[in-house]
Amino acid sequence: MADDRRSLIRWLLGGGFTASVLSFLYPAIRFMNPPRIPEAAVNEVSAGKADELKPNTAKIVRFGSRPVLLIRVGEEEWKAFGAVCTHLNCTVQYRPDGHDIWCACHNGIYDLNGRVIAGPPPRPLEEYAVRIRDGEIVIARRA
Amino acid sequence: MLSVETRQRAASWLDERLGLTAIGEFLRHKAVPVHSATIWYYFGGITLFLFVIQVLTGILLLLYYRPTPTEAFESVQFIMTRVEFGWLVRSIHSWAANLMILTAFIHMFSVVFLHAYRRPRELTWLSGIVLLGLALAFGFSGYLLPWNTVAYFATKVGTDIAASLPGIGPPLARFLRGGDEVGGATLTRFFGFHVAVLPGLTTLVLLVHLALVQKHGISVPPKVEQESRRRGVPIPQMPFFPNFFLRELMAWYGALGVLGSLAAIFPWELGVKADPFAPAPAGIRPEWYFLAEFYTLKLLPSHVWIFEGELLALIGFTLLAVFWALLPFWATNRQGEIRTRLVTGAGVALLAYLSTFSALGYWR
Repeated sequence: MADDRRSLIRWLLGGGFTASVLSFLYPAIRFMNPPRIPEAAVNEVSAGKADELKPNTAKIVRFGSRPVLLIRVGEEEWKAFGAVCTHLNCTVQYRPDGHDIWCACHNGIYDLNGRVIAGPPPRPLEEYAVRIRDGEIVIARRA
Repeated sequence: MLSVETRQRAASWLDERLGLTAIGEFLRHKAVPVHSATIWYYFGGITLFLFVIQVLTGILLLLYYRPTPTEAFESVQFIMTRVEFGWLVRSIHSWAANLMILTAFIHMFSVVFLHAYRRPRELTWLSGIVLLGLALAFGFSGYLLPWNTVAYFATKVGTDIAASLPGIGPPLARFLRGGDEVGGATLTRFFGFHVAVLPGLTTLVLLVHLALVQKHGISVPPKVEQESRRRGVPIPQMPFFPNFFLRELMAWYGALGVLGSLAAIFPWELGVKADPFAPAPAGIRPEWYFLAEFYTLKLLPSHVWIFEGELLALIGFTLLAVFWALLPFWATNRQGEIRTRLVTGAGVALLAYLSTFSALGYWR
């Protein structure tokens, strides 16, 4: 009888202690998880005047919170890709000498269609559509 | 001037409350083995000394540093250009961090090659491995704090490596970054880890490590033990206090000299402020202690069989770390004998991998 009572008290104490620890930990763990902040969906951005970017040059443009690499390949040819390397998240750049897209972090190289041609990136870059509207460059998500 | 009687009474008052006689007695009996490899015993102490320097200079830097993307870089610039001796304090903090990791590695490899991890010191080894992990975490979190370009991309790469872990990776990366991308929330979190979480954890594990060293005493290499048994002569020893203690103090003094010279002659650079919308600059690479992993990631192709190269690298690094942490357990055979050749071979192989790949990562 005394043993039964003792084991019940031990169980209650142990269970109560565990429950209280869990009740402290749960809000702490939830607190550490950053809340998701909704972002306004961006489908199109203006990237400045077309005549400001010379052929065989590039620049990085903000597309919402993400960088996009805009390349003026020739007089009439424009390309745009998500500028985040698919390997480990570094921001890529255009190399006018090699006519390719290069990630300096781990030497990943993409061609001007965004395909991986050398180095460790596992996937191609995401391509965006580029249009010139009244002399203004417009970059848009591909359908 | 206090009389002898007053001093004796004060000593006896303190002794009654603090047990100084027992501490003195303990120190009188503590001894350090003397042999050809005794010099390696100093590196643990030097690592501890550099950690203390880190804490002190870190507290000084806290007086001016501001952990936000708009102010972090400028506040470090302010420390380096406007605050008196600010450049020196920051340079000492950065150099001491690097030297501390270097001496921790030397300490670890000396433990391996002198076979000091063996029974009953398995937990001392494990606590040391945890401390090395914490030192690397200090390095990684502190690296971002000046908010410069190199640090920004190093953090992007580092947290993306964590993200590639199957299952736990994405939530872990979000936890580390404080969101989906490296930004202001990451800087705030890393600052918190660097100045509160990691120092607290390190102090705890360090106390355990030191208590274990204290409990088991200083290990004698098996070769020295065998030689002493063969010749029937006891291993020579020196008292810990004052003999070893004063030598250790001299080693700390030497370390301070090296640290001060490096910090003054080669002040730590600040670099260029991070711009999340600028490409990663050419020649970018991490701190020297992550160079081997960096070069491995660079070498691996995009896919190996069905695995992505980065995932394979992460699996490889994790397995290597676990294998290394469990060294005392696979180092002993069923008869309880140490496989000295196997351990020495593994130590040489790891050292060769780290040094060769670090050199290649630096120069190529």
